[in-house]
Amino acid sequence: MGVAVSIQHVEKHFGALKALDGVSLEIAEGEFFGLLGPNGAGKTTLISCLAGLARPDAGKLTVLNRDVVADYRDARRLLGVVPQELVFDPFFTVRETLSIQSGYFGIRNNDAWIDEILANLDLTDKADTNMRRLSGGMKRRVLVAQALVHRPPVIVLDEPTAGVDVELRQGLWQFVRRLNAEGHTIILTTHYLEEAEALCGRIAMLQRGKIVALDSTRNLLQEFSRHTLSLRLVGGAALPPALAALSNGQVEGTWQLRLPDFSAVEQVLAALREAGVAIEDMRLSPPDLEEAFVRVMQRGRAQQ
Amino acid sequence: MSNLLGFRTLLMKEVLRFWKVSFQTVAAPVVTALLYLLIFSHVLDEHVQVYGQIRYTAFLIPGLVMMSVLQNAFANSSSSLIQSKVTGSLVFVLLPPISYLEFFAAYVLAAAARGVVVGIGVLSVTFWFAPPGMVSPLWVLTFAVLGGAIMGALGVVAGIWAEKFDQLAGFQNFLILPLTMLSGVFYSIHSLPPFWQQVSHFNPVFYMIDGFRYGFFGVSDVAPQVSLAVVTIAFAIVTVFTLALLQRGYKLRN
Repeated sequence: MGVAVSIQHVEKHFGALKALDGVSLEIAEGEFFGLLGPNGAGKTTLISCLAGLARPDAGKLTVLNRDVVADYRDARRLLGVVPQELVFDPFFTVRETLSIQSGYFGIRNNDAWIDEILANLDLTDKADTNMRRLSGGMKRRVLVAQALVHRPPVIVLDEPTAGVDVELRQGLWQFVRRLNAEGHTIILTTHYLEEAEALCGRIAMLQRGKIVALDSTRNLLQEFSRHTLSLRLVGGAALPPALAALSNGQVEGTWQLRLPDFSAVEQVLAALREAGVAIEDMRLSPPDLEEAFVRVMQRGRAQQ
Repeated sequence: MSNLLGFRTLLMKEVLRFWKVSFQTVAAPVVTALLYLLIFSHVLDEHVQVYGQIRYTAFLIPGLVMMSVLQNAFANSSSSLIQSKVTGSLVFVLLPPISYLEFFAAYVLAAAARGVVVGIGVLSVTFWFAPPGMVSPLWVLTFAVLGGAIMGALGVVAGIWAEKFDQLAGFQNFLILPLTMLSGVFYSIHSLPPFWQQVSHFNPVFYMIDGFRYGFFGVSDVAPQVSLAVVTIAFAIVTVFTLALLQRGYKLRN
């Protein structure tokens, strides 16, 4: 597998604000990569630098080994970007919009591919509708279609599901998963961490313009999150002192225990038995990315 | 390596953009020019003669045509850019492999095209009031296209610079409008006091209108070759300035 995207020591300032502070990472071809971080962390700035919408003050970015500044024409042909804002040109129909976008990329007679994209995004019956008359979800789908007209091998989705209903979100992810399975490299930014957890094989977390975590989703979950055992004890009994170290507090009368591994379940049960406490209800939850994200951000703040 | 199809598509998109709303972008300025003609010719036709024997109404028609060309060329590129900047849809032009030269050429040519289309519209409805004749269509076309291109390029500058519609309106009302109104649209500068004649010679728009008018009457305030030289130099200066802004990505790629 070659390198789809290479980002080396990229810096970007806006006045006194350091939006990107020496960001370096590589994304392999065929990856489904997540770029996470709180608002203002630099995700969109990084994507803007990659797409040529902003010029980095220092560092180098390439898309499939094409420099985004020196070799911008090739780099842009290899990249499809779904922008975060719900933007559209009100003068044109869906089909006109996609034909114009194809022309910008130097592609003529693109109708067969445009029809295929429209069908895949369930937009065929809206092809001749003016952009102004589409619902927000439809406009979002057209944005995805616009990013795909030139068949880019690398696709960036900048918060594509913000404000999108569940049905459309699922349809969109099904489509993007298929693109990924067909070999496209996908870079995703999102605030929906369960989406990132379900879709992304590897994740970078940004905080104040720096990468504070970069690893496979599985490793991040293992390192920064735990299985949680929720226990409701008969008669609202207190937790035996032997389990205090595992306790993450009580939520609505249910004790939350963070387990380092599955063997800890036996220790918990043994301690409860020894203390003569009976269990009324019990549930085991897997590690989740939200917890990992919060911990990484806390660690990042502590280090800064 | 160039992206000729990208350039042509952007040019076509910009032309379609004004053509799809031609009631507002073409018909409205034609009506405005017609009103100017009706009012000024009614008031002044009996009282003013220009260049010896030319009726004032005939003299006014080329001025109004060129004023419409210039103002609409400016309006086309500036309004397209600020609209797409404010709505965010400019991203669709910035993401593809279109160079700053192709970007410039597409916006400026589309602006000149709108200027010329509006100019033809104004000429066709005003012509009948006092046919001005046309001794040299080549001069007419040359000044219309060059003037439209200069204003189109200035529209690109204004559209890039302005962040709000009122900033653009300021550029239009405090720079473009005085330059066009005070350039000899409504009068020959020979009718001005010497001081104001001198001042007029520093206004490049004066040369655009004077050269354009020469193509109709074969007479003008200054020689058409001089006007052509001034207008060409003005175009070169505006082009270099605009290209420098675009190359830097000023307010577009940051």
